[in-house]
Amino acid sequence: MSDASLPLAREGVAAPVSRSSRKSKAAATAARSPHQLVATALLLPAGLLMLLLVLGPVAAVLLMSLTDYQLGASGFSFIGFENYAALLDDRVFWKALGNTLAYVAIVVPASVGLGLAVALLIESGRSLRSLYRAVFFVPVMATLIAMAISFEFMLHPQFGLINLMLSALGLPTHAFLSEPALALPTLAAIGVWQMFGFNMVLFLAGLVSIPRHLYEAAELDGARSAWSQFRLVTWPLLGPVTMFVVLISAIRSFQVFDTVHVLTKGGPSKASEVLLYSMYTEGFEFFRSGLAAAIAVVFLAFVLLLTLIKARVIEKRVHY
Amino acid sequence: MRPLLSPLSAALPGLARHAALLALAALTLLPFAWMISTSLKPAGEIFLSEIRWWPERLAAVENYSAAFERAPLLRFLANGAIVTLAIFALQVVVNLPAAYALAKLRFIGRQTAFALVLFAILVPQQATAVPLFLLFHQLGLLDSYAALVVPFTISAFGIFLMRQFFMSVPDDLVDAARMDGISEFGIVWRVMLPTAIPAVTAFGIFSVVSHWNDYFWPLVAINSPHLFTPPLGVAAFRNEEAGTDYGPLMAAATIIIAPLVIAFLFAQRRFIEGITFTGMK
Repeated sequence: MSDASLPLAREGVAAPVSRSSRKSKAAATAARSPHQLVATALLLPAGLLMLLLVLGPVAAVLLMSLTDYQLGASGFSFIGFENYAALLDDRVFWKALGNTLAYVAIVVPASVGLGLAVALLIESGRSLRSLYRAVFFVPVMATLIAMAISFEFMLHPQFGLINLMLSALGLPTHAFLSEPALALPTLAAIGVWQMFGFNMVLFLAGLVSIPRHLYEAAELDGARSAWSQFRLVTWPLLGPVTMFVVLISAIRSFQVFDTVHVLTKGGPSKASEVLLYSMYTEGFEFFRSGLAAAIAVVFLAFVLLLTLIKARVIEKRVHY
Repeated sequence: MRPLLSPLSAALPGLARHAALLALAALTLLPFAWMISTSLKPAGEIFLSEIRWWPERLAAVENYSAAFERAPLLRFLANGAIVTLAIFALQVVVNLPAAYALAKLRFIGRQTAFALVLFAILVPQQATAVPLFLLFHQLGLLDSYAALVVPFTISAFGIFLMRQFFMSVPDDLVDAARMDGISEFGIVWRVMLPTAIPAVTAFGIFSVVSHWNDYFWPLVAINSPHLFTPPLGVAAFRNEEAGTDYGPLMAAATIIIAPLVIAFLFAQRRFIEGITFTGMK
């Protein structure tokens, strides 16, 4: 931006009509960017904060992952990819990554499937629609930490509702949060409970946008049963929405942390250790910042990958 | 309205639909019901080997007053309100002008600025927590309201959302305001903001709910109990009570979730739209 263009730019803002009468080169620049100064001023606060709080920290986390920095240490040195090498050698890191992926692999299909099923059930009739919608949405709203504490008591080995129900049915009881085979699936069940209502709302919006005449056409072509109408009309037209819901659920469940921190601390014996929990303990309990940064970079890479796929899906949906 | 949209209705009579939905609704509400039920029971009726939904001796008063006595729950709720409202107010002040500039002004560097916004949307807050923690440590701002509020004053997603909304505002409206001699800054607040109230409200609900419920960053940034947000407060309460006194603990959990859930019941549609359609990031 040249100095000469600035006053003209301001004039251009004040009197856009007179813009075309100017002939000089500076005015031509100003005509292409008549709002340079004011736009800069309007963008400045957001731009500086974004640099300081988002873009700078992203660069910092990448750099830090290449150092041996520890909070409180007087200095640090660049150690190349040693933190990453340490992670590759660390059984707990692989456990955390595996658990995170397993959690995603349970929560995504279950919360998407349940969300779709509930949306179809709600749309299949007219009465009490908004009541049902509200009920299934309450878990999305309710503070997850408080609900995790409620779940903890519900899952109490002796006096929890779930085990009381199991023993009333003559089934064996479990210490759900402290049995290695059950801890992660139990956390995943809480994740599904919390998330399916969100997916339901997205599916409801998708269902409403399916043109009615397609169902009429399908019926004329002999697709009379509910199942064949679903298979021939609803499912294909819901395809882009489904893809989108799957990716959003994957991104969200990849970020699982709250329930792990409150209910299991990654235990028993790392059975529910997840990526973000590892990053938290390394970074904020042991203050091994460099190593925590390396875990953060791995986490970021996965989330960025999922988000980029999501962005491509949205683009496709626009041209649908 | 759309009899044929309901392919299931032929196969599933209304009764079956309600039966399935009611069963699912009951399952969904089970944790809330058990939490509230426990919060009403005296200790003797909590440790029973049978399911009892309604206590023989109601202990609501003692559990709820014990909850308020043992932890400054009102302080936690007030902190939640202060922090979420401060975040939202600053988000509007910081991000709305930027969104307007990106939507309606022509200037060199617009493409780059917008690309940076799109990139910033992709970054989850936890990924930058380590350097952000060190930054606030350096600035001496850890363990303060500023630590809870400042990191969220910039919302790339808010900029994106409002920019999309402003794009749909006719240029004529902006030009007319300029003819009237309103400055660009004035246009943001006196012309654009009023037209954008529905979008700003939706974003506000999304912002308040997500920061009220946020646990990760407050956990990292805050140490002093007097600064605890509701999730930190209830987690600390539980750590102190660990496995002994469930009545007051469930009372505390009920109190912590009550404000948002009650607000939701009063304005369901707005909340659902706000959280789902702005929360799709």
